[in-house]
Formats: sequence, structure tokens, C-alpha cells
Amino acid sequence: MDFEYDDEQQALRDAVRGLLTKAYGDFEKRRTATRGERAYDPDVWRQLAEMGVLGLPFAEADGGMGAGPLEVGIVAEELGRVLAPEPFLTAVVLAGGAVAAAGTDAQRAALLEPLAAGESLLAWAHDEPGHGYTSSASATKASQEGDGWMLTGTKEPVVSGEHADVLVVTAALPDGPSTGSGGAGTGLFTVAADAAGLTRTGYPTHDGGRAALITFDGTPAEALGEGADATAVVERVLDQARVAAAAEALGLISEALSATRDYLTSRKQFGVTLNTFQALTFRASDMYVDLELTRSLVLWAAMVLDAGSPEEASVAASRAALQVATAGKRVGQEAIQLHGGIGVTAEYSVGHRLSRLRALEAQLGDARLHTARLAGRVASYGEVDPLP
Amino acid sequence: MRLELSAEDAAFREEMRTFFTTQVPQSIRDTVAAREELSKEQIVESQRILNAAGLAVPGWPVEWGGQDWTPLQRHIWHEEMQSACVPLPLAFNASMVGPVIAAYGTQEQKETFLPQTANLDIWWSQGFSEPDAGSDLAGLRCAAVRDGDEYVVNGQKTWTTLGQYGDWIFNLVRTNPEAEKKQAGISFLLIDMTTPGVEVRPIELIDGGHEVNEVWFTDVRVPAANLVGAENQGWDIAKFLLGNERVGVAPVGAVKRVLAHAKEWVGEETLRDPLVAARFAAIENELLALELTALRVVAHSADGKPHPASSVLKLKGSELQQEVSDLVVELAGPGSLASGAGDDSGVPGWARVATPAYLNLRKASIYGGSNEIQRQIIARTILGL
Ligand SMILES: Cc1cc2nc3c(=O)[nH]c(=O)nc-3n(C[C@H](O)[C@H](O)[C@H](O)COP(=O)(O)OP(=O)(O)OC[C@H]3O[C@@H](n4cnc5c(N)ncnc54)[C@H](O)[C@@H]3O)c2cc1C
Repeated sequence: MDFEYDDEQQALRDAVRGLLTKAYGDFEKRRTATRGERAYDPDVWRQLAEMGVLGLPFAEADGGMGAGPLEVGIVAEELGRVLAPEPFLTAVVLAGGAVAAAGTDAQRAALLEPLAAGESLLAWAHDEPGHGYTSSASATKASQEGDGWMLTGTKEPVVSGEHADVLVVTAALPDGPSTGSGGAGTGLFTVAADAAGLTRTGYPTHDGGRAALITFDGTPAEALGEGADATAVVERVLDQARVAAAAEALGLISEALSATRDYLTSRKQFGVTLNTFQALTFRASDMYVDLELTRSLVLWAAMVLDAGSPEEASVAASRAALQVATAGKRVGQEAIQLHGGIGVTAEYSVGHRLSRLRALEAQLGDARLHTARLAGRVASYGEVDPLP
Repeated sequence: MRLELSAEDAAFREEMRTFFTTQVPQSIRDTVAAREELSKEQIVESQRILNAAGLAVPGWPVEWGGQDWTPLQRHIWHEEMQSACVPLPLAFNASMVGPVIAAYGTQEQKETFLPQTANLDIWWSQGFSEPDAGSDLAGLRCAAVRDGDEYVVNGQKTWTTLGQYGDWIFNLVRTNPEAEKKQAGISFLLIDMTTPGVEVRPIELIDGGHEVNEVWFTDVRVPAANLVGAENQGWDIAKFLLGNERVGVAPVGAVKRVLAHAKEWVGEETLRDPLVAARFAAIENELLALELTALRVVAHSADGKPHPASSVLKLKGSELQQEVSDLVVELAGPGSLASGAGDDSGVPGWARVATPAYLNLRKASIYGGSNEIQRQIIARTILGL
């Protein structure tokens, strides 16, 4: 058993940290980037591509690096550390992950290589208004048109949907063999940004990103793979993204705590620094407890994702997501509170950390969802065994 | 990074599991499983079985019965013992005074005390706390005055756990009341509890049980040969001892076991109640995070020093231990009121002990450095606040 990164992983972390610290170590630069047209810095995106980060989880044959969930976690944690606004999670882990899992050889070559090279942006168009956290689609419907497919319906919010070159879309399949949930199943499709009958309305999101309302009206689409029910693939991809998001959250909360610690030792009130007041230092200690427990669970989940069965991976993803949803929220809220008024200002980073933590939760499931997923299984075993 | 145990560690785990589940009498393990109080005889019997197999004091120097195990193997040993409902070796002996004598004692003290301490031929008590010295332990007053080759001890200790069974007590005593810093005038003294002038008085706790005591010393004459380390070196020794105490302090295995038993006690139908299931799920998740943190800590404390996150284990471990005991009370429902019923009661045993156990476990966040003290340690030494 071993919880330390090996030399290669450390080198990856150092390289990514170096790049991102240069880009966003000064929080003002992040603010500038999020005010830009794409809400991230295309230059940083290109540099990440050059470093191989955008192809990290894909097979080498598909233009990627063939790395696993631990490496993805390393990158995500570093992104979280500096609150980098680049859409790594949605473009690479979710949209790219779906292509890697469901695409044909030709589709993978056509989509992943340019994604990895930073030349083409993918967006993950899965959420639907009022549909909650689910792995199926219903407001967007697919129908067969001769040899091809056509989509009609709505996706929202789609992160970076407005500027993506290709959308990876989930859609309800036409009547056919039913999948456990009673529907015909959910297919995975790709849609080119300039496809007919596609409209996109972009808007900013609270965490500094941009999302879009996307409507399809008889929009031509290409099925990823066979065009069959891909619910299991969607679930797997969501689980992978949950673990990556948990790693990003880990970076977010670890820096929220450092900022708080620095603030408590420098801010003076009543003639002394704030760390003189035990009521405050104790709260920082509890943040540390949350941080350490979160780190353990996030590293573990990545290891299970790497080595475990899909069922084990799915449970591990929920465990990491639940921990992050509860501990992340606590730490994020406390960080703001202990900073006082400056904590709620836009020019200071801690408030944005909570905003981003809540955004991650909104994308991949909150404590209620993951508690319910885990609660459904508690009767089926005695003790939780962390070791496979 | 790797999650699995090495083949060697997996085999080690199997070996421990087999030993604990086959060699320690079922009646003793049933008592632990039922969360009932162990008798002195059961604790002694269990430790002697472990000691005969070299499993009572693996953390000691090999010369004195220790095992050359990795920190991970010690962790596995500790967890498997708890999983199998085997009483842990008496902490006062195995993790407190034993390591102190091994590290600071004279050759004669080692030879006299260590074998008997490992085998629980001597039952040790811990005489640190006093009525006016709890968290601020260095404020203790119990005095030892040198008189020829003896010390004369006067004063009072309190909260002495299982002092009613104690053969010997290791005491922190004030040997120099004039010392500039109160920490500087303290010594570590071993006292035979049958010496005239030692009196043990019971303290009843909120669960009705008797596990702690006051110990009074009136002109108790103790051979100077029973001083451990140098005179006035007691504070260093106490810090060494308390540092050891904090390692392995998160009772993850035991808490997991109670949680698993609780599922059996209430049965599937109750577990289908979404609120009950959600509570289990939430606690299990935190316990898993704690267990993994404990594993991270042992995997990386190879240089022998406790990991700075040890306080996290004590803090969160005691909180979760208490939370599980709270959950069990809720699961027991009205049956929990039958705490005084006898064995002919229609209420199952686990429900009857639920509230006494819960009340008793309030102690977990108080002793061994209260959770506030752990927060203080995290704030100061880890966060630099
Ligand atoms: C069941 C049980 C068994 C025990 N067994 C033994 C034993 O065998 N031998 C032995 O020597 N002792 C034993 N103890 C004593 C134990 O170590 C002390 O109770 C403990 O150190 C706390 O001291 P106190 O009870 O005097 O509380 P106090 O120190 O008076 O604390 C009261 C409250 O104030 C808080 N507090 C204290 N100082 C600070 C601070 N600086 N900052 C913030 N909060 C603070 C505490 O956390 C607590 O909440 C036992 C205690 C119990 C309950």
C-alpha cells in the first residue's frame, strides 16, 4: 500500500503547477481571464495542450498520453488550487471521456487528437432544465433520418457550449428495447457547432465560467459508436468526472485553508492578530480535519477508479463526491467567514472558491444524491472495506 | 500509489485474523461484541494469550518482546484485533509505561518490570491527572520529597482508570516546587499500590459504572530506585508517553464493527427506512475517510515519528465513535430505556446497553488530550496559528 505519488506523477504535478502558478498565481489574472469572451485564457489552454494535459486520459493511439485517474486528479487538483477557469473537466474528462469510451476508431481519431492539441473544443451537453442529476436524457430526443440521426430538444446549462467546436450530446433514443428505467435508453451523439437547426445562447455562470442554452431543431447528429443505449457509458464517464471534480475540490479547499491561515496570522483587530483568538484557530483546525479526510478519500477514489470494477468505481465516486459536497462546503463557508468582509468581495479569491465548489457539486451531484446512492446499499454488506 | 496490500502484508493480515478469531476465547469476544464490561480476569486472560504468541506488545523494542514490524503491520494487527472483538492489550501497560521503561529505565527496571508488564502480571494505573491539573497537566501538585534512598509521596491523583485493579501506578510527582518553569520540577515515579498510605476511592460515572478512581497518597515511602529517568526529567517522559498514546488512537476497527453489528441488530426492514440508511451511509463515509487517513499516516510514519495528522485521528475518531453510539441509541428507540432490566427482559441486550454506552463514550473526547487540546495542537503545530 502506498499513498505517495511516484516520480513521474510528481514531475507532472510540478510542471502543471509551474504553468498554472505563472498563469493565475496572481488572482487578478484569473479575474481578467474570466471576464474574457470565453471566460478562460486561450493562451493557457494552448499551453496545457502543449504539455499534453488535454490528452492526458486518452490512449496514445488516439493522440493522448494514456494516463489514468491519478494523473487526471493531479491536474484537476492543481487547477483547483489556483481556481483556473479552463474547461478541463467538461471538455477533456466529460466530453472527451465519452468519445474515448463510446467512439469508433475513426471518431476517436477525428475528435480526440484535435482536442488534445487544443485545436478543437468539445462541450458536454448532458444536463436538461428541470431534469436533476441523472445519467439519462429526456428533453432532447434523437430520431433516425435515413442513415443518420437528428436531434430535437434542449440542453442547459452546457458549460462552454457557446464556443465549443463540437458538442457531445446525450439524447433519448426512439422507442426501442426498454432499459431498466422504462425508457428506450439514452444515446450519445456529436453535433458540429455549425450544424443546421442549432441555436446557442451563452451566459456567465456564478463561478466565473460561461454556459449556454442549446436548442436542437431537427439538427443533424452523428451517433458515437453504434447509436445504441449508452447509459452505462454516461454513468461511467460521470463517475470519472466526479472523481476528477473531487480532486479539483481538494485543490480548492486546501488553498482556502492556507489563505485563511495566512489571513489569521496577519490581520489585526483589537491590537492583536486574529490568531490570538482561540475561537477562530479552532475553526481553522476543523477545516484542516476536513482537508485531510478529503485528501484521503479523493486519493482512494482515484485508485479504485484505476483498478476497480465499474461497480466499485461508481461507489467510490459517490463516496468522494459526498465527502467533497459536505466537507468542501463547510471549508468554503468557513474560509469566507474567517476573512470577514473581504471574504465576500469579488476581488478576493476565497469567495470564488466556494462558488466553484458549488458549481462542481451542481454538475456532478450533491450530498443528497450521493447519500441516497450509498444509502441504497448499506444493507448489502457489514463493514466498508477500503482495501480491494 | 497503490491500494492493495503486498502479498506479504495480506498474508500477515490473514495470520492475524486467524489467530484472533480462533485463539482468543469466544466468551471474551462475545462480551466485547455485546458492548458489555469486561472483567479483570477476561482482560488478563486475553492479554496473556496474546503475549504468549508475541502479539501483546509488538511496538516495544524486540529485545523486550517487541516485533520488528512495519508501521503498516502494526496497524493491521491493531485493526484486526478490533474487528475480531479481541480486547486491546491494556493501554497503560502496552502503550504507556512499557515503552517509557524501555526507553528511559535502568537495566534493572527493564528486567524487573518489562516481562511482567507485557504479560499483565502487573496491572498498571496511570497517575497523571489531579483535581487541579487536567488539560494543564504540568500544574500538578502531588509531591515527592527525597529522604535517604526513598521518596515520600503526598497528594492526590484522580480519574485513575481501573485503579481498583491496579498493582502499580506510574505517577507524575513534583520533586522541585521551586523550579522556575512548572514543567521543570516534575519526576516520573513507579509506585507499588500495596504500599501503606495508598488509598483508592471509586468515582461513579454517568452510566452507573465504576471505571475511574481517586488515588490518595499519605506519606507513601517509595524506593528511589523506582524513579524512571533523572529527577525532574518527568515532563520529557510524559511528553514521550502522551505522544505514543496518540498513535493508533482512532478506534476505527471497533467503531466499524459496532456499525456493522447495528445493521444486524435492527435488520433489513429498518435499514430500508431512507433516513436510517442515509445516516449509516454518511457515517460510513466519514469512517472510511478516517480509516484511509489512518492508513496514510501509518504508511508514512516510517521514521518512527508520529505524523502531524495524528491529532486528526484522535479528534475525528472520538467524534465518530460518539456519533455511532448516538445512532445506536436512536435505533434502540423506547427499548433503550430498559437499561436496568435483567437478562429475562424482552428487550435485546444491545438496546439495553445502548444509552449507558453512549453516556460512557462522552469520555472519548475528554481523556487522552481533549478534543479542544487536539484542536490547539493542530492550530499551533500544523497550521502555525
Ligand atoms: C473516563 C476518564 C478516564 C481517565 N483516565 C485517566 C487515567 O487513567 N489517568 C489519568 O491520569 N487521567 C485520566 N483521565 C483524565 C483526563 O486526562 C482529563 O480528564 C483530561 O486531561 C481533561 O482534564 P479535565 O478533566 O481536568 O478538564 P479541564 O482541563 O478542566 O477542561 C475542561 C474543559 O475545558 C477545555 N479546555 C481546557 N484547556 C483548554 C485550552 N487551553 N483551550 C481550550 N479548551 C480547553 C477542555 O477541553 C474541556 O472541554 C481520565 C478522564 C476520563 C474522563
